Amino acid sequence: MDVFSDSANIDTYVTGFLWILKLTAAATVGALVLGVLLAGMRVSPIPVLRGFGTAWVNTFRNTPLTLIVFFCYFGLYSALSLELSDDIDTNNYWLGVIGLSVYTAAFVCEAIRSGINTVPVGQAEAARAIGMSFIQTLTLIILPQAGRAVVAPLGSIFIALAKNATIVGTIGLMESSSAMKELINANGDAVFPIFFVFAGTFAIFLIPTGYAFGWLANRLAVKR
Amino acid sequence: MRITRLTAMAGVFALAMAAAACGGGDDSGSGSASGIVGKASKDKKLVFGVKADQPGLGLQTGGTYAGFDIEIAKIVAKGLGVPETGIEYKTTVSANREPFIQQGQVDVVIATYTINDERKKVVNFAGPYYVAGQDLLVPIASTITGPETLAGKKVCSVSGSTPAKRIQTDYKDAKLQQFDSYSKCVTALAAGSVDAVTTDDIILAGYAAQDQYAGKFKVVGKKFSDEPYGIGVKKSDTEGCNKINEILKASATDGSYTAAWNNTLGKSGTPAPELDVTKLTNCA
Repeated sequence: MDVFSDSANIDTYVTGFLWILKLTAAATVGALVLGVLLAGMRVSPIPVLRGFGTAWVNTFRNTPLTLIVFFCYFGLYSALSLELSDDIDTNNYWLGVIGLSVYTAAFVCEAIRSGINTVPVGQAEAARAIGMSFIQTLTLIILPQAGRAVVAPLGSIFIALAKNATIVGTIGLMESSSAMKELINANGDAVFPIFFVFAGTFAIFLIPTGYAFGWLANRLAVKR
Repeated sequence: MRITRLTAMAGVFALAMAAAACGGGDDSGSGSASGIVGKASKDKKLVFGVKADQPGLGLQTGGTYAGFDIEIAKIVAKGLGVPETGIEYKTTVSANREPFIQQGQVDVVIATYTINDERKKVVNFAGPYYVAGQDLLVPIASTITGPETLAGKKVCSVSGSTPAKRIQTDYKDAKLQQFDSYSKCVTALAAGSVDAVTTDDIILAGYAAQDQYAGKFKVVGKKFSDEPYGIGVKKSDTEGCNKINEILKASATDGSYTAAWNNTLGKSGTPAPELDVTKLTNCA
């Protein structure tokens, strides 16, 4: 285990997981906001918005994430010169957040939409009967109940997001999987210890996260 | 119910660990009987681990491999008495070369494999059959003349590779962009998103010689490191290692080494290097 007694290697390892944490945090926010908006569009009475939501979900849900992230660098940055920061790492980080957000938003949207279907139709009818607009019905009556119903599936999506964040390594961010490759490349005698430490770290963080979401889902569930 | 499930999980985990431990530990106890010399004479078959994405060195197109590393593999196979039909190539990437050798998934690795002390602990190196050096690939009109003119420039290399590390530690003023493959670096260089690509000169020469980039890029030609390329075999197989060195020595005198170069990397115009037979001393 002498690989992990070298402070430079520890540094690589910690920086790698910090990037994963930052990517996951920012992309969770991005995906949640986008996903709720898209879900709202998909149930809205306006055909154009419904079409847009459907197109988004079908496009991004069915495109490999590697390609989306690849496009963020070579399309948005390289060809369209969308420069988000002078610093290469920060720039790649934000490009990665964009890629992860638009991809995960498609899944969040579908989860929320399935939650909306659990809300009895009488609720919406009652809201309309007392004169609420579509936006009011959605934000005050439907979404609060729908959100509580889909805590568990959202948890799965965000756990997947944390692992998907490693894909940003393809555009050069030294996140955990790139950090692992770097350590393996330099320490060919310790491939298995390195692998287990990295895989184990993911498990140690994500298994409790899964239980936390399960607990939260139980607690927040709308008792009907 | 809960306890049963937990026990089952623990059991599965323990099994996985045990399986992995077996994989890691099976390089010991294999004597010369299972070495490559024995296998070559008995089965007339050898599995070579090679790179699949480096033009000029090891490039896979469809089912066939071509490049300088492949030619060296053919020389080695011939010297061990294996016919060309008995050669099987297996794609390796930098990260899985050691495990492949240890687990016996490949018999010999010839994959731009730099000899260093960490690797020597787990692999026996024949060679070096070529001494590469880190260099820079830049657009034809670039003002970059060497590593000391990189300040503020964007330099691209493969994440976690030795060249990338050297830029980070020795040339801190350069901005390092890392990708998971050199082809992405070269694409970014062609698009102008990075100013230079850095890795071993021999790999860069391969990209510069590709048809779609002809006349666009140049290799700066100032080596700033030494990367001796070795041929990896199992740690315990000293006999095979020494045998490969003998084969390399013979190839330097009978002209097959020069021919291997001229058929592959020599096409970019670089004359064949001299194989320094006095340095073939890495076998443990």
